[in-house]
Amino acid sequence: MKKATRKGKKRQLLTATTFSLIHCTDFADRYERQILPLLNAGYIVLADRYIFTAFARDAVRGCDRTWIRKLYSYAMNPDVTFFFDVPLKTALGRILDGRTRVKYHEAGMDMGYSKDPYESFRIFQGKINLEYRRMVREYDFIKIDATEPPDVQQAKVREILDNKSICRDTAGMAAYIRCRQYSYG
Amino acid sequence: MVKPKRFYGKGIPGVNLEQLKGQLIVVEGADGSGRSTQINLLRDWLERRGFPTVNVGLKRSMLVSRELEQAMRGNILGTRTLSLFYATDFADQLENVIIPALRSGFIVLADRYIYTLMSRAIVRGAEPAWIREVYNIALVPDAVFYLAVSPRILGERNLRKHAVLDYWESGMDIHRSANMYASFIEYQRQIQKEFKAMQELYGFDTVDGNRSPRAIQNELQAKIDLILNGKTDHDDGESNESEPDNTERITRTTAAFAVRSERNQPHIRRKSSA
Repeated sequence: MKKATRKGKKRQLLTATTFSLIHCTDFADRYERQILPLLNAGYIVLADRYIFTAFARDAVRGCDRTWIRKLYSYAMNPDVTFFFDVPLKTALGRILDGRTRVKYHEAGMDMGYSKDPYESFRIFQGKINLEYRRMVREYDFIKIDATEPPDVQQAKVREILDNKSICRDTAGMAAYIRCRQYSYG
Repeated sequence: MVKPKRFYGKGIPGVNLEQLKGQLIVVEGADGSGRSTQINLLRDWLERRGFPTVNVGLKRSMLVSRELEQAMRGNILGTRTLSLFYATDFADQLENVIIPALRSGFIVLADRYIYTLMSRAIVRGAEPAWIREVYNIALVPDAVFYLAVSPRILGERNLRKHAVLDYWESGMDIHRSANMYASFIEYQRQIQKEFKAMQELYGFDTVDGNRSPRAIQNELQAKIDLILNGKTDHDDGESNESEPDNTERITRTTAAFAVRSERNQPHIRRKSSA
């Protein structure tokens, strides 16, 4: 899957639909072979990003919102979703900090927002950010203020998980899964 | 009046359907149903009459066909992933081959379409509503011919051609049987059952594939003629479209021949089942 995604991006072969489908295929592979078996075995799965990244990104690219949600409907809804909330300006600053170049797809250059990659990036990420905010209520995200220091955030997260007794019924095994779903694609 | 094109659902974003002047003709059927033979004959017949054609099929996209084939050889993909892989392959061809060709007025001959892909997914446990939603991106074809052949004859034809049965066409990933032939028959029966169900939903033409290739081709040509002349089976009246000038047609045919002979033999397909 990685090869095909890389090939598509390199030669700019991807459209909104194929981009969406290729990532959904990649996600399905991760879901079927890793996430689902782990859940069935009683693990706690910590997912670094999930289907919501795809919803935001693909909607901005032009895919129909209903279609994309139905596409991913095989994936179960999380028990808890934490949304690490940061004002757009801060987010942009953090990403661009120390970077000399912004990648083509990351900046949404294929969308034609601007000839300047940084300007394009700002617009593109802004739109994605908007999509996320829409989903907060749609999917009951728990917002964590990500401008606070990490240990403060962590304390809040642990408190919420404790209250939801998420960790109580399992054997305490945890697995960390990183869904290769970058926000820019 | 040429019937306007439409998508099954919301379709591909940003496509102007009115610009799609060509015809999308789909030939469906299992391996051994005679699909390739019919499509080759159709292509020659159409091009001789001056209609430029383009061929599409499964696992042929620029984007993922090689990776898909590799993955299938390795048998490592889950069924959900495989379905989506095929959908990606399909979408790439739809956007990069089918739609541009239709825009240019070509006749697109599709060797299989979403129906095979949906039935394969459903037989492997995919929810019908889900897979139909995935393929809502597809264009509704102008004609779909499903070559129905009994599983037993399919088995005979496949064995005659290759002396082996294809792993995937035998449903070996779902039956895990020691008897590959029995698995093949059972799997093909399941696929046909799905096709029957889809026939009611999508209304395609089921053609008796147990006959001689020539007999089948005659039937297909007669039906395609009706479409090209802007008629349907129910029309009694004259064609609504004026016939193109004959001299113009002859010029186009000659040109088509010139291009073809230059280009050598088109489309030698790989041996693996698509």
